[in-house]
Amino acid sequence: MIRTVVRDVPRAVAYLLSGVLIGASLLVVLLVLGTVGLLLTPILVGLPLLALAVLSGGPVGALERRRLRLAAPGPALPDPHATPAEPGLAAWARLRLTERATWRELTYTGLFGFVLWPLDALVLFGALGVSGAMIGAPAQLATTSSADGDARIAKLWLIDSYGQALLCTAAGVVLLLALLRPLVLYARARAALARLLLAPSQAEAERRLAEVTRSRARLVAAFEAERRRIERDLHDGAQQRLVSLSMNLGLARLDAPPELSDRLAAAHREADQVLGELRELIHGIHPQVLADYGLPDALADAADRSAVPVELDVDLPRFAESVESAAYFAVREALANIGRHSGAERAWISGRYAGGRLRVEVRDDGTGGADPARGTGLTGLADRLAVLDGTLTVHSPAGGPTVLSLEIPCPQR
Amino acid sequence: MPPALKIVLAEDSVLLREGLVGVLTRFGHEVVAAVGDAESLTAAVATYAPDLVVTDVRMPPGLTDEGLRAALALRAANPALPVLVLSQYVQRTYAAELLDTGDGTGVGYLLKDRIGQVEQFAEAVERVAAGGTVVDPEVVRQLLRRRRDPLAALTPREREVLALVAEGKSNGAIARALVVTEAAVGKHIGNILGKLDLPPAEDTHRRVLAVLAYLRG
Repeated sequence: MIRTVVRDVPRAVAYLLSGVLIGASLLVVLLVLGTVGLLLTPILVGLPLLALAVLSGGPVGALERRRLRLAAPGPALPDPHATPAEPGLAAWARLRLTERATWRELTYTGLFGFVLWPLDALVLFGALGVSGAMIGAPAQLATTSSADGDARIAKLWLIDSYGQALLCTAAGVVLLLALLRPLVLYARARAALARLLLAPSQAEAERRLAEVTRSRARLVAAFEAERRRIERDLHDGAQQRLVSLSMNLGLARLDAPPELSDRLAAAHREADQVLGELRELIHGIHPQVLADYGLPDALADAADRSAVPVELDVDLPRFAESVESAAYFAVREALANIGRHSGAERAWISGRYAGGRLRVEVRDDGTGGADPARGTGLTGLADRLAVLDGTLTVHSPAGGPTVLSLEIPCPQR
Repeated sequence: MPPALKIVLAEDSVLLREGLVGVLTRFGHEVVAAVGDAESLTAAVATYAPDLVVTDVRMPPGLTDEGLRAALALRAANPALPVLVLSQYVQRTYAAELLDTGDGTGVGYLLKDRIGQVEQFAEAVERVAAGGTVVDPEVVRQLLRRRRDPLAALTPREREVLALVAEGKSNGAIARALVVTEAAVGKHIGNILGKLDLPPAEDTHRRVLAVLAYLRG
């Protein structure tokens, strides 16, 4: 009871009171828009105005979803609307007018403007007005200007003594306390109705999730494309120029006088060193062999570069680029971890494709104890696989061995 | 002075193409055609019947491995055509595909980094044109690193010799490189072939191929 008074009542009052204010202004706007729109329909200008009236549900819905937090604290309701696939006002309006959410919002807006806010006002006044007037009886009596020295409380009861006034106050307090609970309940019911019409339906929530999943996949694809672009730019630009530089230095050395040849040789060595480093860098960004030959050769290449000897048992067809590169980079990260932390002597990579699922496993004979939660590298890889609906599991008991396995459902290319 | 070679060159970067023409000309060879894509390469080979083809791996239009594909097709049509492939990648898959054409003689797979060492590059060009086999030391090093197990039996000096053998060097060249006698090199090679369980063979090309085939396996 005390909790209700302290916490729920102010919220309910704030919710209903703000509802009354907004609803009253909304009524005016709706009447103006509707009337002007209908009047102007014969000369076509009205149609956009009517469309505007239909779409007015949008901002009202958005405002009401926020205002709901007054009635029930917590995160705001998610937006039930879809994001337009193409830019432009026309596409946006077309989408909005065909969405169920838009029409539910319009229904709510109409209800709000014509029915709900007067009801809110009535309940507010009923609960607080009458009891408030009764509680204020002594004050009213004291300030009365009637000749008889009496006062009519809430236009109902006539009192003419402070005894009666105090009795009235007591009755008012009891009435107020009795009405607080129904007030809160009404506000909750009112909020529930709003939520019913304004919250995304199950289908809309699912669609939103699908949208988020798709946009995440797009992000990863964009990241991948950017990687390829950087690789290509380095390959076609800096690398070619360095080779050319090295070639010119080589030719210059052939004909250089002896006093120059030492310095030319030093410059040449440096150029070749940069060239080697650049080659490794480009390979790390995206190995060409992955695009040209697919996973088996790329994994063999990763095994070649591993610090720990690796045995390969891979028998795989070609897959989509995103699948191949996710699997490749996961294995490379695993091999890097093995080289850095595991203390392993050997590692094994196996890869198979069966039942529409690509499975790759990297095993070592190290000390174990790898914690995927600690390594950001592994978390990043798991995220990348998750985009493809794939999973990454790391089994690494203390004492070893560590087994990292990944699974991606995918069609063969 | 070795004989001047008629060379068809394919490289899409104009900068490198001009540079390569310069280097090859400097060593007395004649670049009869310098082209920028795989299709023109095939056409130029048909027109000029060169002594050697030098090609890049990555070429237009797809900018993947068109150059290598073209080289493989040329070798398939004429297994005796010497082909030297220049690559930016230390990639045994590319080298392996190339070595699998013809009987694996008259092919080379070199990193572009090597062109800068112009004299060694010129040597490699002549060796491939003469029917030799050249595999980039970096690729060989990677192969050696990978197949540690059977190679563990080799002494460091034997491994050094094996790497030089794989690069297509003759016993004499290896002897000079390691500053030992040719007889010592022959003994090392006998030991290597023995330890790797490869029967000794006279033919130097077969020797390279045998080693590489074993390493590839």
